Amino acid sequence: MLLIHCPYCEETLPEVEFTYAGEAHIARPENPAEMSDEDWQQFLFMRDNVKGDHFERWRHLHGCGRFFNAVRNTITDKFLTTYEAGAPRPDLAALKSSVSEGQK
Amino acid sequence: MNAPLSAFPPATLAETSAAKVSSILPKVRFSLRARGDLAPLDQALGVALPRRIGETVKGAVEVACLGPDEWLVLASEAAPVAQACAGVYATLPHSLVEISAREVTFVIDGPRASELMTIGCARDIDAIAVGSARRTLFDGATVTLWRDAEDRFRMDVWNSFAPHLLHLLQVGARELAAESV
Repeated sequence: MLLIHCPYCEETLPEVEFTYAGEAHIARPENPAEMSDEDWQQFLFMRDNVKGDHFERWRHLHGCGRFFNAVRNTITDKFLTTYEAGAPRPDLAALKSSVSEGQK
Repeated sequence: MNAPLSAFPPATLAETSAAKVSSILPKVRFSLRARGDLAPLDQALGVALPRRIGETVKGAVEVACLGPDEWLVLASEAAPVAQACAGVYATLPHSLVEISAREVTFVIDGPRASELMTIGCARDIDAIAVGSARRTLFDGATVTLWRDAEDRFRMDVWNSFAPHLLHLLQVGARELAAESV
């Protein structure tokens, strides 16, 4: 079972309390009525399907109920970090070096 | 009218040498959601709302912080709490919903109560501090788990899940008692 750190509860908790909620940092268009069908389709359906480090949303459903963002490696299933929703996207290179520092 | 409705009147539901499971008299429960400066609500309720998730406070009412903007309020009577909060609604808009009928409360105590919790809860039970409360998952059902003492837990369970969880706790208590250590 994965252990996931909830940035709101500030605790590392079992995966069963959380649900996955898709790719993170996808901004909803301000004015959907002005968009072309192609752009709207891009926004609605097209996701990156990253192999490697993936920015994604999770929800602490059976806990504080909050959505938050996480960086998870889709190959190793290791979480690099989790951070509050609305916080800026963390720098991936700095994140990786700090994680590998921690493992030394 | 949100009248308490329960198939579990106060009674001892299982008692073994390992743990005792009992249901207790239903309390009045409120779900409180609010953001911003909470001082008016602190004053209205007569207790300082805990700001950290998991913390509880007991005074005129018993309050547990379940989320960054969510609290569970237990009281003996509904009207005074509802009136007090309605009084500060103009200064601090919030949501106060009575959820008394939604859940039943089981008390699990006994020398091996914390071991009994491990049969359904994936959390590290030893890491749960005495006097704290949180929402978590117990064998697939969302519950609010309070730890009142080292060997005493309180579990608020949604009505529809209660028979299932009670059965699980009864079997678990018997199994722990039957174990030869």
